[in-house]
Amino acid sequence: MNNIFVYCEIEDGQVADVSLELLTKARKLANEINCKLEAAVVGHKLNGIEKQLFPFGVDMLHIADDQRLAPYTTLPHCEVIVKLFESIKPDVAIFGATSVGRDLAPRVASSLKCGLTADCTSLVFGDHKETKTGKEYKNLLYQIRPAFGGNIIATIINPETRPQMATVREGVMKKEIFNENHKGTVKKIKVDEILHDELFPIKIIERHIEKQKVNIKSSQVIISGGYGVGSKENFDMLFELAEVLGGEVGGSRAAVDAGFVDHARQVGQTGVTVRPKLYIACGISGAVQHTAGMSESAKIIAINNDPKAPINQIADYSIVGNIEDIIPKMIKFYKKNTK
Amino acid sequence: MSFRIVVLAKQVPDTRNVGKDAMKADGTVNRGALPAIFNPEDLHALEQALRIKENRKDVEIILLTMGPPRAADIIREALYRGADKGYLITDRKFAGSDTLATSYVLSLAVKKLEPYHLVIAGRQAIDGDTAQVGPQVGEKLKLPQVTYCEEILDVNKKNITIKRRLERGVETVTSPLPTLITVHSSAASCRPRNAKLLMQYKHARTVSELQEETKDYTEMLSNKPYLRIEEWGVTDLDAKVEQLGISGSPTKVKKIENVVFAAKESVVLSSDDNDIDQLMKDLIESHVIG
Repeated sequence: MNNIFVYCEIEDGQVADVSLELLTKARKLANEINCKLEAAVVGHKLNGIEKQLFPFGVDMLHIADDQRLAPYTTLPHCEVIVKLFESIKPDVAIFGATSVGRDLAPRVASSLKCGLTADCTSLVFGDHKETKTGKEYKNLLYQIRPAFGGNIIATIINPETRPQMATVREGVMKKEIFNENHKGTVKKIKVDEILHDELFPIKIIERHIEKQKVNIKSSQVIISGGYGVGSKENFDMLFELAEVLGGEVGGSRAAVDAGFVDHARQVGQTGVTVRPKLYIACGISGAVQHTAGMSESAKIIAINNDPKAPINQIADYSIVGNIEDIIPKMIKFYKKNTK
Repeated sequence: MSFRIVVLAKQVPDTRNVGKDAMKADGTVNRGALPAIFNPEDLHALEQALRIKENRKDVEIILLTMGPPRAADIIREALYRGADKGYLITDRKFAGSDTLATSYVLSLAVKKLEPYHLVIAGRQAIDGDTAQVGPQVGEKLKLPQVTYCEEILDVNKKNITIKRRLERGVETVTSPLPTLITVHSSAASCRPRNAKLLMQYKHARTVSELQEETKDYTEMLSNKPYLRIEEWGVTDLDAKVEQLGISGSPTKVKKIENVVFAAKESVVLSSDDNDIDQLMKDLIESHVIG
């Protein structure tokens, strides 16, 4: 068999976007090496869930449906997936780099003693020759990710262990329907044979799933600030510009760490990946961990008082100067030119 | 029996503040030039342990760190803030370990500290950002796990109640003890060093550090045995060599590319009224905004 596998997350009966993005990527990878695409949904009340998944090219859908499997807790999901992997032996297994995927995938990898690469930004097949032994490998999964705070790009491989496991963040891969009429098969996982009481030490007392209040991903205009903005108060100017232009405010990791702006707005490798029509980077130097999350923006304007800041090199416009001068002027001239 | 908390921490290069002096002429980062710091989320983890200690009399906090000899710095850092003891897990054979091999070593070290009630770590380290070591230690120790902890709400001899910070909200869970927790960056920041503890522990040294010292520590250590930081290597942990380092790591680094900040043609503007006016006109005309 040795297929490509995607763990699909469910939210309120809907397959999470990140899972559909991963399926889109995995379908392409499966076509490349001529294998099948398998997926699993683990949860409760999953009747008809395959209708959401087959158009994304799933050939074989494994469903574990039990009241005890929703909401997610680590151990039962881990047990279901480990048992499934022992039986279907996938070649590649991909999980969303979400609070669920990043809780589950390491535990599964540890249990199966396989390699796992977190937060990949690109997945491609390639060959490899072990220099010491001369052993050659065909179609290994190259798991490419920024590391070291985004200052290096590492290509990671797992030559010997299977599955080759990786997590990918939401928004990194594109979501595209493969074929509306694609039909796969459904296989029910025999949950009662897997689950036992010891897998449920964690009790969920309360949860309020709130839709994220800030969703900068869906915004067409993002005004982002870095450490160079200098203070929480100075960020107010960014919010003002965002309001005038109908956009949202984002921030670099440094700005979030400094407490200038909240975490939900963080753009970059450890935040969200955005592709707006316009991205205005204010006081952001442009470390790759940040640019990884915004470099595909259609237009980039960088405002920085350092003409040599790396951000200028991916910017369409770089404005050299102080944000305190420039942002009020942008507001003023935008208003003037639209009236 | 005391209530024992094991805190897992890592010394990391400060990748968040890559200043100009850490840049090489070719536009890549000189990793050696970055300062070594206590991983930020591990400090949040330490703080959660210290808060439990404030509310209970019988708490003992033990810090474990795996790394090169200089990682002893973060053990002292933890002692200055209220940890009771620290062990440095160090051995050349650990070099090149990926998350799986690292979690194997850490799990052996935690086992040596039985009976423990809690293992607390930061969610992830800023050099790798994998968030894998915590859950993998949990798996190896067969512990339940609670990741993304924002706050420990309650703890007694048998159970712990934890608020988790997830993408779209919060979740409150209870876990029986012992359990493993990873702490999120939204948790409370760690308290600063305590001046008294700083004085008490500033001479804390590992065995390797003592060998380097010119000053004679013999008398001081016999009077104050708490100043000795123990080191654990492969033999102390009874670790299987094939599960360590590069041979114990299923992931291999095939290639490292230094990121070069490549040049792209861009329009350079000043903050003059004319420039900004023209820019806004351009953006409006090209329908980027408006």
